[in-house]
Amino acid sequence: MTSSAPVLLEMRSITKEFPGVKALADVNLVVRSGEIHAICGENGAGKSTLMKVLSGVYPYGSYSGDIIYQGSESRFPDIRSSEHAGIVIIHQELALVPGMSITENLFLGNEPKKFGAIDWQAANKKAYELMALVGLKEDPDTLIKDIGVGKQQLVEIAKAFAKDVKLLILDEPTAALNENDSRHLLDLLRGFKDRGITSIMISHKLNEIEAIADTITILRDGRTIESLDVKDDGVNEDRIVRGMVGRDLNSRFPDHTPNIGEVFFEVRNWTVRHPISADRLVCKNSSFNVRRGEIVGFAGLMGAGRTELAMSIFGRSYGTWLSGHIFKDGQEIELKSVASAIKHGLAYVSEDRKAIGLNLLDDIKTSMVAAKLSKISRNGVLDQVKEHTYAETYRQSLRVKTPTVDEGVTKLSGGNQQKVVLAKWMFTDPDLLILDEPTRGIDVGAKYEIYGIIQKLAEQGKGVIVISSELPELIGLCDRIYTVFEGTITGDVARRDANPELLMKQMTSTKKMPTP
Amino acid sequence: MSRIKDLQKNLFGGTTSNARQFGMIFALAAVVLFFEIKTGGLTLTSRNLIAVVSQYSYILILAIGMLMVIVAGHIDLSVGSVAAFVGIIVAKAMQEWNLPWWLAILLGLGVGALVGAWQGFWVAYIGVPAFIVTLAGMLLFRGGNQYIGNADSVPVPKAFREIGAGYLPEVGPSSIPYNNLTLLLGLAACLAVAYREYRARQTRVAMGAEPTPVWVSLIRLAVMLGVIIFATLRFAGGPRGTSFPVSGIILTVLVIAYAFFTRNTAGGRYIYAVGGNARAAELSGVRLKRVNFFVMMNMSVLAALAGMIFVARSAASGPQDGLSWELDAIAAVFIGGAAVSGGLGTISGSIVGGLVMALLSNGLQLTGTGSDMVQIIKGLFLLAAVAFDVYNKSQGRFSIIGSLSKPFRRESTGGPSATSGTGQEAAKTPVAG
Repeated sequence: MTSSAPVLLEMRSITKEFPGVKALADVNLVVRSGEIHAICGENGAGKSTLMKVLSGVYPYGSYSGDIIYQGSESRFPDIRSSEHAGIVIIHQELALVPGMSITENLFLGNEPKKFGAIDWQAANKKAYELMALVGLKEDPDTLIKDIGVGKQQLVEIAKAFAKDVKLLILDEPTAALNENDSRHLLDLLRGFKDRGITSIMISHKLNEIEAIADTITILRDGRTIESLDVKDDGVNEDRIVRGMVGRDLNSRFPDHTPNIGEVFFEVRNWTVRHPISADRLVCKNSSFNVRRGEIVGFAGLMGAGRTELAMSIFGRSYGTWLSGHIFKDGQEIELKSVASAIKHGLAYVSEDRKAIGLNLLDDIKTSMVAAKLSKISRNGVLDQVKEHTYAETYRQSLRVKTPTVDEGVTKLSGGNQQKVVLAKWMFTDPDLLILDEPTRGIDVGAKYEIYGIIQKLAEQGKGVIVISSELPELIGLCDRIYTVFEGTITGDVARRDANPELLMKQMTSTKKMPTP
Repeated sequence: MSRIKDLQKNLFGGTTSNARQFGMIFALAAVVLFFEIKTGGLTLTSRNLIAVVSQYSYILILAIGMLMVIVAGHIDLSVGSVAAFVGIIVAKAMQEWNLPWWLAILLGLGVGALVGAWQGFWVAYIGVPAFIVTLAGMLLFRGGNQYIGNADSVPVPKAFREIGAGYLPEVGPSSIPYNNLTLLLGLAACLAVAYREYRARQTRVAMGAEPTPVWVSLIRLAVMLGVIIFATLRFAGGPRGTSFPVSGIILTVLVIAYAFFTRNTAGGRYIYAVGGNARAAELSGVRLKRVNFFVMMNMSVLAALAGMIFVARSAASGPQDGLSWELDAIAAVFIGGAAVSGGLGTISGSIVGGLVMALLSNGLQLTGTGSDMVQIIKGLFLLAAVAFDVYNKSQGRFSIIGSLSKPFRRESTGGPSATSGTGQEAAKTPVAG
C-alpha cells in the first residue's frame, strides 16, 4: 500500500563534510506518506547526521543536496523552522528537564498563554489529551525525574504531538527501554501510522525493524546502500545485517565451550533500601552465586532492581545496605567501598557509559588505567611508559579502532568506547566482572566482538555477570540466567531450559518457580 | 602549514591541552613586547622584573591552589580573607609572644591547614557547595582578621620580612656586576630544562611512539634556554643588594612540585577524575570525599603562605590585606585554560595566565594608567581571552584556552538509571551514527 502513497520527503544526494571526515556522501532517501521508514546502519554510518541535516541541526548551506518536503524544496536554517513544518526529532538522549513536571515539559517553549501569562488550566487539560494519545497514565504534575525511562520516552513523543507533528523521527527509541515498554512504543507507532503520521526510525534492534517497518534504507560508511520494501522484498534480519556490514554474519555469537568450575562467589539474603524513600526496598532477600568460568545472566524488566543489586554489591554504591552477606572463595567479605570491592577482585561496568562509566575528558589510555593506578605507579608516581604499554596492549587485543591511545574517548564510536570501559576493568585483574547492559546502543559487528571478549574472560576462569534487557542476548550468551522481579531473584534457569516465554513469566511474577 | 602544526603539537609536550597554552604564551609575549615598546624599554629592566616577581608571586601561589580547586569542580572565594586572617595571627604571635620567625611561619601554615580542614569538612563531608562555604569563609575570616587585629595594622620583625622582601644574598667573588647565586640558579635551570627535554624524548621512544622531530626539540630547547638566560642575567644584574626574590624562589619550588603532583602522580590524576566525572571516579574506586577535602585544605594552606609573604613584603599585617585576591587567582586560572565546570586545566597554564595578568597590570602602571582604567582593561582582557577561545572552539578551529564551557557536563541524578545526555554532546561528535 505504501509504495503507491505520495512521497512526503525526498532527500537528494545529500553530502555533509566535517573537517577531515565525509560523514555523508551522496545519500538519497525517499519517505512516503504514512509509512514507517527504518534507517539502519552500523555506528558511524551516518544515520544521525542525516537526521540532523533533515531537522536543521545542520542548517541549510552546511551540506550540499536538496530536501524536498511536501512537494517543495525546504531550506531549514534551524530546528525551530523544521519543527514548524511538522518535522519533529526525538533524540536518543532525551531532552527533558528532570526537575519539571510532565505538563511543564510538554509545553516548554510552547506554553499556552492567556493575557500573556501561562494558562495552566488549559495546559493541564491539553496534557491529559496528549498523554492519552501515547497511552501514558500519570498525574501531569509528576516530575520527570520520578518516572521511568520508558515513560519519559512517552512524554517526549507526547511533546512532539503538542507541536502538531507530521513527520516523527525517532533516534534509537527503544535503546533504553525494556521489552514491555518497547512493545508498547512499537504499538504506538503502528497506531500513529493508522492516523496518517509518517515516522522515521533509527534502530539497532533488527527484530523490531523487521516487525514494524514498511521500508528500510540501509546506510554504510555515509552512503546509501539500498532501500528495501519489507513486504515485497521479503526482508528478514539476516538480510538487513548483510546490507549493513556488507557480508553475511553467520552467527550472532562466537563459538565458545564453557568450562565451568566451582562456586566461588555467593551473595546471600541481600537487602538494600532505596537511597531516598526509606520504606522502599530495592533489593529484597536476594541470593545468587557464580561459578568460575561461568557467564551468569540477570534478566528482568526495567526497574526490577538488577542494576541496584549489582551496584549495591559493588562497594555499596547504591542505596542503603540493610542486611545480607557476600562470600568469595568460601570466605565472607565486606565490601564497604568501591576501593575494597576492586581489591577483592570485583569489577562493575555500568549501564550508562557516558554518564557514570567514563570521564569524557580523558583520553583512551587514561581511561583504561583509571580504576587501578597503583598498577602503573610506584610510591604514587605514575610510570607513563607503563601506562602507554598497557593501553597499547588492550588496544590491540580488544581491537579498539583508533590511531593512537592518546585520542580522546569522545572520538570513539559507542562500541569502541565500550571496549575501552571493558579494558578499564580488565586492567584491574578482576575475578568477577559485572557487566550492566554491555551492548546497549552498539551495532551488530561490535556486539559480536564484545560477546567474544566476555567469553574469553570466562574461558580464563573469571566469573561474569551479564545484566541485559535483551532476552535473546542472555539466552545466546549465558550459561545460567537468574530472573529478577521487584528486587527479588525469582528464578534460576539453566541455558538448556532457557526460552523467552519462560524467562518473561518469571520476570513478571513474584512466585518463585521451581527450577525445571 | 604542517610544520606549524607539528610545532604546536610538540612544543609543549604534545598533548592537546598543552597545545592550547601555546596561544597564551604568544599573548604573554605580545603583552611584554607591547609594553616594552610603549614604556621605552622599562618593562624588561632588572628593576621592573624583580618588582613584578615580588609583587605578584603571592597571586601566582594562590593560582596554583585555585587551579586544583577548579579542576576538581569547585571554587574558593575565601583565599584573600584566609590570607589576611593568617597574616594577622602570625604578626600578632610575633609581636605579643616574641615567636621566632620560623616558628611563626609554621604556626601560619598550621592555621592555614586548620582553616582548610574547616572548609574542606563542609564541602567534602557535608556536601555544601564550595561557593557557599567559601563565601561564608570570606566573611568569617575577614571578620576574624579585624577582630584579632582590632582593625589595625600590626608590624612584623625584620627577620620575617625576608620571605616577602628578601633577595638571594651576595656570596663569593664580586668581580662581576652580577649576583652569583642567581647566576648559579639560572645555570641549574638550564641544565634541568635540557635534561627534561632529553628524558621526554627517551620516554617517547620507550613508549614506541614516534619521537618528537629533532628540530622541534632543538627549537623548543633554544627558546626556553634563551628565556632562562635572559631572565637570569636580568635578575642577577639588578641594583646591588637586589636579585632574584626569595618569594620567587618559593613560587618556583611550588610550581615545580605541584606541576609534578598534578601530572605525574595518582593523587593528581584523582583530582582530574573527580572534576571530569565525579560519579565515574567514585565507581572507579576514587575516594571522592578525601579528594575534595584535600583540594580545599591545600588551597587554604597556600593562601596562608601567600598571606605571610604579603605581610612580610609590606612589613605589617593590615585589615585590608588580600582584598579581591580570589578574583585575580580565579582569573589567572581561567585565562590559563581551565574549564569552569572542572576536569581541565594545568598548573603551567595557570601560571602563564597569571603572568599575563601581572604584566598587563604592571605595564599599565608603568605607562601611568590610573587604577580605574587598569581594572577596566583587565576585566575586558579576561572576557576577551575567554570569549576568543570559546568562539574559536565553536568554529571548530584551534582553541587557545581549554574547553571553558565543557558542554557535556551533566548533573547526576544520583540513581543508577540516571537520565543522561544533551544534544550538544552529539554535536561534538559529528560522525556518531
